[in-house]
Amino acid sequence: MARKKPPIGKGAGPDVSRRGFLAGVGGLAGATALGGAAAAQEGGPATLGPGPAKFTLRVNGQDRAVECEPRVTLLDALRERLGLTGAKRVCDRGECGACTVLLDGQPACSCMVLAVDARGRAVTTVEGLGAPGSLHPVQEAFVQADGLQCGFCTSGQVVATAALLSRTPDPTPDQAREALAGNVCRCGAYPRIVEAALAAAKALRSRGGGKR
Amino acid sequence: MSAPRDRRKLPVGLPDALREIEADVPEGEPAPWGPDSRLSVVGGRVPRVEGAEKASGAARYTSDVRLPGMLFGKVLRSPHPHARVRRVDLAPAKALPGVKAAIALAEGREVGYEGDEIAAVAAVTEEAAEDALRAIRVEYEILPFVTDLESARAPDAPAAADGPNERPGRPGGRGNVEEALASADAVIVATYRTPVQTHVPLETHGSVAQWEGDRLTVWDSTQAVHRVRDSLAQRLRKDKNSVRAICEHVGGGFGSKLGLGPSAVIAAMLAREAGAPVKVLLSRREEHLASGNRPSSVQTLRIGARKEGPLVALSLKSYGTGGVRAGAAGCSGPARGIYACPNWRVEEGDVVTNSGPACAMRAPGFVQGAFALESAMDEMAGKLGLDPLEFRRKNLRPDSALDEIRAREYGIGAEKIGWSRRTKDGSGTGVLRRGLGMANGIWGGSGGPGPVVEVTVSKDGTAGVAVGTQDIGTGTRTACAIVAAEELGLPLAAVRVRIGDTDLPFATGSGGSSTAPSVTPAVRVAAAQARASLLEAAAKILESPLAALEIAEGRVRVKGTDKSVGLFEAAGRHPSGAVTGRAQRSGNYRSFSGQTAGVQFAEVEVDTETGTVRVVKVVAVHDCGRIVNRLAAESQVIGGVVMGLSYALMEERIMDHRTGLWVNPDLENYKVLGCLECPEIEPVMLEVWNAGNSTGVMGLGEPPVVPTAGAVANAVANAIGVRVRELPITPARVLEALGRV
Repeated sequence: MARKKPPIGKGAGPDVSRRGFLAGVGGLAGATALGGAAAAQEGGPATLGPGPAKFTLRVNGQDRAVECEPRVTLLDALRERLGLTGAKRVCDRGECGACTVLLDGQPACSCMVLAVDARGRAVTTVEGLGAPGSLHPVQEAFVQADGLQCGFCTSGQVVATAALLSRTPDPTPDQAREALAGNVCRCGAYPRIVEAALAAAKALRSRGGGKR
Repeated sequence: MSAPRDRRKLPVGLPDALREIEADVPEGEPAPWGPDSRLSVVGGRVPRVEGAEKASGAARYTSDVRLPGMLFGKVLRSPHPHARVRRVDLAPAKALPGVKAAIALAEGREVGYEGDEIAAVAAVTEEAAEDALRAIRVEYEILPFVTDLESARAPDAPAAADGPNERPGRPGGRGNVEEALASADAVIVATYRTPVQTHVPLETHGSVAQWEGDRLTVWDSTQAVHRVRDSLAQRLRKDKNSVRAICEHVGGGFGSKLGLGPSAVIAAMLAREAGAPVKVLLSRREEHLASGNRPSSVQTLRIGARKEGPLVALSLKSYGTGGVRAGAAGCSGPARGIYACPNWRVEEGDVVTNSGPACAMRAPGFVQGAFALESAMDEMAGKLGLDPLEFRRKNLRPDSALDEIRAREYGIGAEKIGWSRRTKDGSGTGVLRRGLGMANGIWGGSGGPGPVVEVTVSKDGTAGVAVGTQDIGTGTRTACAIVAAEELGLPLAAVRVRIGDTDLPFATGSGGSSTAPSVTPAVRVAAAQARASLLEAAAKILESPLAALEIAEGRVRVKGTDKSVGLFEAAGRHPSGAVTGRAQRSGNYRSFSGQTAGVQFAEVEVDTETGTVRVVKVVAVHDCGRIVNRLAAESQVIGGVVMGLSYALMEERIMDHRTGLWVNPDLENYKVLGCLECPEIEPVMLEVWNAGNSTGVMGLGEPPVVPTAGAVANAVANAIGVRVRELPITPARVLEALGRV
């Protein structure tokens, strides 16, 4: 079961394989190094913590100042420090996908990334895709297909779907299922989530191009 | 409240077989819509009114609430399955920077399971609160424990709690089962087992508490705001009007959030001590350990039948564990209700063990019971040489409305799944073997009196519906909006629904598939009152007798003329600029059926080398009275099937009985069904004119989870020719049944 999404989705194609998973784990180490380099460029301390560190995150196209201990995950920084509560904390260990965000365009579980390691990377949350009055086509498709019930997994499903469609604009149902395999929905909306993903793909293609 | 009632004739039954019953309908209540009603919104496919908020991350759940100066609360939990807490030293925790409150919860008390509450802290960050938990010193007196169901029944077993571990249930029944079994043409005796399942709401239990002087506001992830308010007030010895409970959106509950959860009490206590608002949000591990579960069951069924098919005897003896506070008794609903059987007996025991306490979970007891009963029914069909569906048809009651519904569901489901393709059990060859199975369900779902609804039509162009109910993902908000729009003749977009707040009129908890049938009738009656007021106002404006008026497309019109006035303009005639209808859900009146049936058919493919079961397709045929929103109704059915499949194939709490600890309290090793394992699911809604209340709605939250495991188990037995009598049907159990391990 390809349940896990790479913590940082480098090399995560539509077919998430064990190999892809391991490559993704490798990406984590790389990202940490990258974060350190970014910090050095900013003139920040080479070593952070254990107390709170001040740094900047690029979230939804804006630079946001964050102050938190290095042990704080990107998810908790987004939710509790930046007030972006769309990404949800459900398992807090990369098992459910409810906290999915885009890191440099790739889907990632934000509970598996330290906030300090997201420095220098473009973070996109569900709020960055669209708002109630101006929904992204993926969000609109979830509403129309009733691909949500309690709605608690929906942010993660939407972001994971947007990521899929940016790399695979015309997915097959199986490709959609594979791409969303790491996103648990306890209400059981899966068939309609897949339906939403395919409808969104169609809407995006007719708008011209899968990328926003 | 016993308003005078009018005796009315109401059409009931299946759409193509309607008849009339006489029912006493309270004065002022519109009778349920009949086949001649021209409905514009009810019964359509309406996307959720809060869909855009949920899909964009804007919807605010309890866990998303952030208040100025808010602290984070954390709970220290017992690492031991059974212990006496001699002393809790909070001082080292209180000495840490950022810690604002610390309270002991179990000093001098016994704790009865891993995860039981010991103490709690509040600090300026979650990280500081975690550090504080680690600093607390607890002195435990370790007590003997037992977590294994069978070990707990042994005469020399350690006592898990006060009283005996094994608690025999009350027997029930009628006729003489033993005599009937002795004279039956065929008898099946078999024992079925089901595991402990947890609810796994994606939003864990959590609360935010804020005191303003003596007044407390609590945001709680709950299925019952009014119950939370009342119970919390009682616990804190406060007047209930000084407590307010709010739950705008809830990330799943499935029964586990029907009562006052511990997080609300702890958050309130911490907030009082710290003098600041406190959020307590459980971790996934805490949620598994301490927030409730569906108890396990061991069910021995003995059934006897005549060779032509009719059942003559049905006996169910069961026990299971609901953890430290019991609660495992109660699997007999399906055995009592699905089939006609002149002689039946049930005896349901309970075994207390040192594990987290059980609570209601989506169709409590019925899910376990239906799996066992429906498995045994198929075993009997096999013994009699009858097709399982044919065997069940021979056990329909001729005078039962429920069985009239069920018989129709049999036909629809059989056709949709292609039941005629079904071959004899185990007749397939090759590695991958397909099988077909079906199973029945049963549930209540009539709802009941209680909820109070206000419908206000204002000159500002909106119609507001206000009721302190909850939307637990079932689409309550949308259903309320649909019913109000229908009754008022307004577009859906003009209706605003406010729910989830004890400052709104009272409503009962969202459990027992009761929300839609309890709340929507009150919405309709309140809207009808508002409509009557609007017509009166319009009559004055238009200088027309009431009888000459009609409402269409948001306007009141004098029939046969072009004289009209907008509904909102008419509302403006009232000094307050609005008219309000207010109604309380009345008691149920006579209905076609007080229960729902539900039949599911499954096709599976079993890999006989790996033991893996792949569900290919499920057809789920369900009745729910009047359908308010077909889109959401289908989603309920799909979701119930998904949860049922997850129970059938994957979910299981695993305990290490030597240490008394839970091995898989996460989402990686506690498996829930995902997108990849989800088969094609075809929901088929059978609309029934049921009466019973003003909208004719029956609940649908629980019925679709009841038959699924039985249908899958029967399909697996059909595929491989041997039966797996224990859930979940894992590859290991399939291989064992095949004699391959």
